[in-house]
Order: sequence, then structure tokens, then C-alpha cells
Amino acid sequence: MTTVPDVATFDPEIYRADFPILSTVLHGRVPLAYLDNAATTQRPRQVIDALVNTYEKHYANVHRGIHWLSDQSTDLYEEARENVRDFLGAETREEIIFTRGTTESINLIARSWGDWQVREGDEILLTEMEHHSNIVPWQQLSQRTGCRIRFLPITDEGEIELSALDTLLTERTKMVSLTAVSNVLGTVNPVEEITRRAHAAGALVTVDAAQAVPHQTVPLREWDADFVVFSGHKMLGPSGIGVLYGRAELLDAMPPFMGGGSMIQRVTLEGYEPADLPAKFEAGTPSIVPAIGLGTAINYLRNIGLEAIQAHEQRLTQRAHEVLAEVGGVQLLGPAQEKKAGIVSFVMDGIHAHDVAQILDRHGIAVRAGHHCAMPLHKRLRVSASTRASFYLYNTLEEVERIGEALHDLKHIFRRE
Amino acid sequence: MSNEEEIYQEHILDHYEDPFHKGHCPCTTHAHEADNPLCGDVVRVELNIGDDGVIQDAYFDGDGCCISQASASMLMEEVQGKRLDDVKSFNAQDMLKLFGARLTPNRQKCCLLSWQVLQSAIYSPVNGSSESREGSQEESS
Repeated sequence: MTTVPDVATFDPEIYRADFPILSTVLHGRVPLAYLDNAATTQRPRQVIDALVNTYEKHYANVHRGIHWLSDQSTDLYEEARENVRDFLGAETREEIIFTRGTTESINLIARSWGDWQVREGDEILLTEMEHHSNIVPWQQLSQRTGCRIRFLPITDEGEIELSALDTLLTERTKMVSLTAVSNVLGTVNPVEEITRRAHAAGALVTVDAAQAVPHQTVPLREWDADFVVFSGHKMLGPSGIGVLYGRAELLDAMPPFMGGGSMIQRVTLEGYEPADLPAKFEAGTPSIVPAIGLGTAINYLRNIGLEAIQAHEQRLTQRAHEVLAEVGGVQLLGPAQEKKAGIVSFVMDGIHAHDVAQILDRHGIAVRAGHHCAMPLHKRLRVSASTRASFYLYNTLEEVERIGEALHDLKHIFRRE
Repeated sequence: MSNEEEIYQEHILDHYEDPFHKGHCPCTTHAHEADNPLCGDVVRVELNIGDDGVIQDAYFDGDGCCISQASASMLMEEVQGKRLDDVKSFNAQDMLKLFGARLTPNRQKCCLLSWQVLQSAIYSPVNGSSESREGSQEESS
């Protein structure tokens, strides 16, 4: 079936049976090929069962009631935190803050740390390949403080131009915030080197790991970043749960973000005293059940092994590159296959991404089309929109090959062949 | 798939591949341009509106998906030689009907982009012709 060797070492069919949605048949005739995993992943039965089980047997508010159910709920919620800590390789549970997602995590940093530390004339250094969620919160910080946002340029191949650090990283730089893996290009960025140079210049580093944590064992210690953020829904977990990892002493020194219940030690009519970490940053009733679901998703990923998942995605990416080259008239965005993660974005000559996605949908293939929340990147690459296939552990080589068939159909419809 | 459901039917692709009046209007009196930043579709409409309130010439230019560009071509063909009053009363439903194929709400936006641009263009005289154009609009309204 395939030219790629070693495929027998990992069989996605074993895991597909765990995902009820993957057996969907579309338009009454074609099986679903879900290739939009960089947007959000699907959930296995184990995660869905954990949600139902919690609601049916263990649900109450956390850290509040002096009653049996509240203890149950609190234990499961804190067990999920411990699971995230261990999965990430963080030292203490105080360093793991539950948020609603990557976007909220970055907003928390920009609000709490940013408003506290950043002044007019200071600089925030981003890259040209960031997701809007790692651009807009800093632009808002700039509106509040008068700080300047600067951007590390990328090459036409979609890699950060590291030499630009020499001029862009200065004593004015207070924060370098970058993605570990581009959600459009799949580029794997040299986080370790950038962190080392940022720290040497006295700047802090935030890593948007939304596209990294679900697919690889992140080298938290080697990255040495001050903040690492990611989302549960991109790693088989529910939506509405995300993580902010921060160095304990930094989180401890930062002012609270949102105010409300849970994040206080005591409240008087005159003021409040904030709670200790991690509660200090978890105002209000948290996403209790989604956090528990994320813990279950982590167990599921651990059982398979992230190394095996990553290797499988590499094979799918390699095959996708071969298939697209065979179709012809396709411009691939981003670096060579060996330099990227399981994300393949492309532009068809003379055919808009929405028309590509519409025809792929007819073949049951779900991909993303548009700017993928990275408008400045598309402007930099001088394309108005692109089509993105992104893979996960349950995708098969056969699904990747179906992209080729669908694109031939597309070219036929558009009278290109 | 019934013909009504087929977006990429022959006459739509014909408009996409060989559009009506794509380019610049020789004597533009009114023009407008807009984009749909979510998809990257861009449409510009240039009109030559005569003193008698008739669209002498309707041209479009743009870039984007098949639906946005084919619908722009169809619309230019539709309003060429029409009176402004008739163009003003040509509503969104009329536009969707003109396009023909049934569209999901997301892709209706692609189809309606050129219609929105046209409706703005008739109120947007270009520099140099603003006096006479405003005059003609008053006459026609």
C-alpha cells in the first residue's frame, strides 16, 4: 500500500476503534477522514466516559464544600493537575495553572505579568509566524502601556531568521513569546537557543506549545522557558481547559489576573488577600470536569507513547508531501518534511483554498482552509489563504492518499486536467 | 447531487474561468472595493453611471474563491445597462437566486461580497466626477 517503511510498528486502526466519531459516514457515502487536528482533535471513548462518570458519580464544586461529593470532585481535579505536572515534567503543582485554553493563558501573562512589568519604550519580541492568540494580547498590552511589539522575521521556507536576534534582542526586550511549532507551517522552532539568548539579554520567554505538547515529549528543562502554555482540546481532551505553566517564583510574584472566588485568602469590605498558588490564578468555579477529562486524555496518550505518535505523524507527513508532489500544481508552505511536525499547508495554483476544502469535503476529508488564525503570516508568505491537513495518532496512510484522489477530482472539476 | 446543490456547475465555472467585464472600467464614475478578511476574497467594482441614471458600464476586479469571483461576473452582467433604481432594489435574495446553486450560510458570504460592493459603489463617486455624480444620484432618487 505504501512506499514508507516501518509502518507496521504503529497501527492506528487499533486506536481508531476508541474514537466513536471516526466511524462517521458523510453525505451518505464517504467515510470521514478527519485531518483538522491542528484546529482541534477528537476524543476517545475513555475521555468521554470519564466526563460522564464524573457528572454521574463524583460531581460537586471543588475546594468548597465540607461534604463527600466535594471531596471527590476536588480529589479528581487535583489529581488531573498532578497528572499534567508529571506529563510536562514540571517540579511542583504550584506551577500548573488551569485556564480555559492557550488563549486565556497568554492573556493571563500579558495582563498579570505585562501590566506589572512592562513600561512605555519596553519591547515584546514575537515572530512573524505567530497565531493571533500570541499577537493580539501583546498588542492590547501595547495599547495599555505604550510598549513596542517587534517581530522576528521568517525566511521564505518558513523558518525563523535567528541572525535577526542580534539586532532585535536588546536591553529593552522584556519578553520573547514564540510558538514551539507553527500551526500553519509545522515548523519546529529552536526554542532552546532562543530562550538561552533571550535570558542572556535579560528577557523572559513564553512558549506557545499548543501544537507541541499533544505530539511530542516537550523538553521543559532544556527549553528553560518562563511560561509554557497549551490547550486540552488539541490533545484528545475537552474544550474549555488549558494550562499555564510558569516558574513558581515568577507566578508567586505576579499579581492575580481575574478576581473572584477561589483566588482569595480572605475578603473584607476594604480589600482582599490573594490565595496561594495555584488557586491565585483560578478565580471562580474552574472547568472542573474538562480538567478531569484532560487528565484522562494524558493517560491515554501516555499508554500509546508520544514517541510512537510522533514517528507515526512523521510518516503521514512524508506521505502527504509525496502525494501532493504527485498531484502537481501545488505549492507547499513551510520547511522540508524532516524539519516540521504533522502539519501540511498548501496552495493550489489558481484555485482558492475554500474551493479546495469544499471538494475535499465531498470526499469526506475535513481540512482547514483560510488563514488559520495567522493573517500576518499569510501576508508575509504573500498568499491570501491556504489549505491545511494536520495529523494525529488515529490518521492513516490511506486517508492521506485520499487527499491525492480528491485533488485530482478538484483539478478535473476546475478543468485543470 | 442535484444540479441545484452543485456549486461547481458548468455555467458558474464558465463565469469563473471567463468572467464578464473583469478589469477596469474605461470611464469610472463610481467605485468601491471590499474584502472578506476571513477568506481573503477581494472584490472591486467600477461603474460608469450616466447622467440619465443608467449604468453604462459595470466592471469588477478581484481575487478569491470560485463563488466570490463567478458571482461578481454574473452580477456585472446583470446590472450592465440597468437603471440605478432597479439596481438599488436588487436585494440579497435576488443575488443568491441569480447565482443559482444552493449555498451554506458560510459560502453565501462569498456570493454576497460583490453585491455588497456594488451597493456601496453606487453611492461612492470617484474623485473628479463627484459633482456630476452626486447630481445624477439626486436626479435618480
